[in-house]
Amino acid sequence: MARESNFTNMVVTLFAVCLLASAVVGVVYAVTKDPIAATELAKTNAAIGEVVPEFNNAPADEVMDVDGVKVYPAVMNGEPVGYAVEASSAKGFGGTIKIMVGFATDGTIKGISVLSHSETPGLGAKIDDPAGIRVQFCGKNPDADGFKMIVKKDGGDVDAITASTISSRAFCDAVTNAYNTFKSVAPAAPAVEDVEEVLPATDSLEVK
Amino acid sequence: MSKFGLITKGIIKENPTFVLVLGMCPTLGTTTSAINGLGMGLATTFVLILSNMVISAIAGLIPGKVRIPCYIVVIAAFVTVLQLVMQAYVPDLYATLGLFIPLIVVNCIVLGRAEAFANKNSIFDSALDGIGIGLGFACSLTVIGFIREILGGLAVFGHKFADADGALAFVLAPGAFLVLGYLMVLFNKLKAKN
Repeated sequence: MARESNFTNMVVTLFAVCLLASAVVGVVYAVTKDPIAATELAKTNAAIGEVVPEFNNAPADEVMDVDGVKVYPAVMNGEPVGYAVEASSAKGFGGTIKIMVGFATDGTIKGISVLSHSETPGLGAKIDDPAGIRVQFCGKNPDADGFKMIVKKDGGDVDAITASTISSRAFCDAVTNAYNTFKSVAPAAPAVEDVEEVLPATDSLEVK
Repeated sequence: MSKFGLITKGIIKENPTFVLVLGMCPTLGTTTSAINGLGMGLATTFVLILSNMVISAIAGLIPGKVRIPCYIVVIAAFVTVLQLVMQAYVPDLYATLGLFIPLIVVNCIVLGRAEAFANKNSIFDSALDGIGIGLGFACSLTVIGFIREILGGLAVFGHKFADADGALAFVLAPGAFLVLGYLMVLFNKLKAKN
């Protein structure tokens, strides 16, 4: 079994074990680096394809960086048909929610896809349900239709997910962020107010 | 003990979840659905088999006073390898389990088996022990996840059998404790009978 411990052999053993372990991890990292990057790219492309109208360019190669937010333009035969905006909100229940929102050139929301989140399974995680909260946004134009991207409890037009108001609010916040970024790229529509400003004071909220 | 006995004892007599009550953090955290429980159980089994074998091989070379840090480094290396490989080749499974994979490092079952079994037994026996304990863990997690999914989400392995919300408490932490507690009673009762 275990050997007698002395200073030299403890230092040498720890050093050797760490060196070997880091060498193994390093080799595996080098081998898996490209497949991981390819998977990430495929995921981004799939998310773009899900949310914008049909296109025939390569949005991932034409990415625009707008204040740290990635915007992917979708172009069909040289005509811009829409934009996919990779937006996020840090107001989620379990952390940051990252979504991809597709807009037609006039600002109509074409589709939303959730890239990553850490909401509660079974509750807030329902933001990732393709038939869930995102359906309410599709086909709406926040300015032209006066669609308020705030949950109904706060005076908006979005039905929150049952028992997951915080996740629903964060989802709305992320879509609002995406819309504001979209407008700085396609500056046809005026900015919507930030969610914070339109929230009623806490004490005026109706208790149900 | 026979070679076969080494495997079966992990599933019943020394079931890590219901009898040894080890590794409660991933047990409670990942069992929100049957498939999550199964995935976590199998990932842990993989790490357990490899770390048991390596630790059994190097145990004789490690000075007693630094054995724990050495074991942890070995386990952490395998977990990181597993995480990278899953991310590269099974991204779908990684998307569900990714958050929990690093937790395998601090799963006391893995370190517990290294300390209680692998460092005094042969490489082959240690591998069998890893398989047995790993399968026991995977089965327990799948059963807990299965029950929580039925009660909390009205679904079986992701397929909903009723179009309604179940008892949400079972998907959240309190449900994990409830299901675990009742299963533990049941399991030990049945075990005592035989």
